[in-house]
Amino acid sequence: MIKLFSLKQQKKDEEGSARAGGSQKKASAAQLRITKDLNELNLPKTCSTEFPDPDDLLNFKLIICPDEGFYRGGRFVFSFKVGPNYPHEPPKVKCETAVYHPNIDLEGNVCLNILREDWKPVLTVNSIVYGLQYLFLEPNPEDPLNKEAADELQSNRRLFEQHVQRAMRGGYVGASYFERCLK
Amino acid sequence: MATTETHVPEQQRRWHNIRKLLERSGPFCHPDFEPSPDILDFLMESCKILVVGAGGLGCELLKDLALMGFKKNHIVDMDTIELSNLNRQFLFRKSDIGSSKAKCAVDFVNKRVPGCEAVAHHCAIQDLDEGFYRQFHIIVCGLDSIVARRWLNGMLMNLLQYNDDRSLDQSSVIPLVDGGTEGFKGNARVILPGLSACIECTLDLYPPQKTFPLCTIANTPRLPEHCIEYVKVIQWPKENPWGSSTPLDGDDPQHVGWVFEKAQERAMKHGITSVTYRLTQGVLKNIIPAVASTNAAIAATCATEVFKLASSCCTNMNNYMVLNMADGVYTYTFNAERKPDCVACSNTTRVLDVEPGAILMDIYEKLKEDTGFLMKNPGITTVINGRNKTLYMPSIKSIEERTRDNLKKKITDLGLYNGGEILVADITTPNTISIKLKFIENTDVEMSR
Repeated sequence: MIKLFSLKQQKKDEEGSARAGGSQKKASAAQLRITKDLNELNLPKTCSTEFPDPDDLLNFKLIICPDEGFYRGGRFVFSFKVGPNYPHEPPKVKCETAVYHPNIDLEGNVCLNILREDWKPVLTVNSIVYGLQYLFLEPNPEDPLNKEAADELQSNRRLFEQHVQRAMRGGYVGASYFERCLK
Repeated sequence: MATTETHVPEQQRRWHNIRKLLERSGPFCHPDFEPSPDILDFLMESCKILVVGAGGLGCELLKDLALMGFKKNHIVDMDTIELSNLNRQFLFRKSDIGSSKAKCAVDFVNKRVPGCEAVAHHCAIQDLDEGFYRQFHIIVCGLDSIVARRWLNGMLMNLLQYNDDRSLDQSSVIPLVDGGTEGFKGNARVILPGLSACIECTLDLYPPQKTFPLCTIANTPRLPEHCIEYVKVIQWPKENPWGSSTPLDGDDPQHVGWVFEKAQERAMKHGITSVTYRLTQGVLKNIIPAVASTNAAIAATCATEVFKLASSCCTNMNNYMVLNMADGVYTYTFNAERKPDCVACSNTTRVLDVEPGAILMDIYEKLKEDTGFLMKNPGITTVINGRNKTLYMPSIKSIEERTRDNLKKKITDLGLYNGGEILVADITTPNTISIKLKFIENTDVEMSR
């Protein structure tokens, strides 16, 4: 236990005499943690990152180019926004590329458990990267965000595959138009 | 003599009970406690307390502290008074709606408690600087936000001064007493920055925000909350009813009304009932129902801890108390332990000797080769004038390419200076560590190289 009362007395005497101030502002806990996360980012060869401003580690893009599965040959861009409450709250992740996918809707919302209800502070940016990569290898029709795509994957895998291809080449699937996103 | 009774100065009678605590010793006193009338004098005339938040807890705290004798209280809150505050934030009246919480609270208490000289700050805690926070002896907070707590915690850690042998300069410690409530549950804790567990050490104790799986709210909503979340997360950004640059504001009745209407439509479609305006507001603003008696109990606990800290008349709680009045009344106090590798309070600042004319490459090499560091892939950043700056980060290709040129630059040209700190992340350390640069004067001129 510290001798606070005696310290108070001291402080009282010191009052008025400005202490040597102007010390360097420290980085926030969120900033320290994301720096650590990023420095240890161990990207699979299908993924890369892009930082529009290298001084801003809180906003960046992740690019996934799957080399197998339905989405082989595509190039998908995700935006990451890391808030001041990281890692208590997960980063906000959106898919910027229009994709015909059971777990990604046309607004770019991504249904990945660790991005919402199952996020834990021990998880890192790397966990999210692997989670997103997994979505492309194993689309999960059980938890759909694009219900049409999910139903199709379950009922007619062949047709689903054709539609994924068409969307990636650029074209309409149903009433929705998809920009070309092949590498 | 019967007449003396009425002549006892009002002042003396007023503090009669407090004096009993401060001018007598007892078995629960702090070991260093020396009973003396000076203590009351200190509490009243010199001890400066900052109350953070003038809401449910803040009103109670300011009143409690003023009645205990603390005169020099400051209170900070950025909010204004709303009708729904009045049931428990008892320093406010209906005519105060729309005014600053901090100012109204101070006006009320200064008028009601003779001698009280409280000062209001109607602004965000982030708007006040180090010099402001440094003037206080003790800070007590009643906040509803984890971000704000973490910020304040970071600020107090920032104020700590360490001696050259890395021991803590105890005169730089400003104790933080933190209270929080949620319905019938609450907690109070005492944090001695740099000495006991801090907010960041125990971050896992905060319950995670209630979220629902996106696919559930999109396809199989079962609860009225699912419908409201759907409108908030999916429908708002899609339809942008107030233009694409207007984010959803839970305080704007028009926005809430729009969400309420859409959520009701959606609920109807899925056979869900009981989407109400109040629930909509609750989901959007993450409102936790506040109970006046919980606030009163937690604030009283916090104020008592402030009194103990300021007077040493009693040892403090050690150091985290939980209160649960949901089912009977239950309290438990435990010793929250420090995290040895806490990003906020473990003083990991190390010192690196560099020549004033060094280039960034010299530092990078030193971090990898110096036996004190032996790092693998150090990523180096710093903070200059409050802005983060990435100096060199080898592991991220796009950043590496754009910061590579920095390696050849003189560190002074990059904005670093003697005593300045760099932040280094590497797999060899559990956290990003800060390293203080110490410029060494090269006295013997050895320019032959």
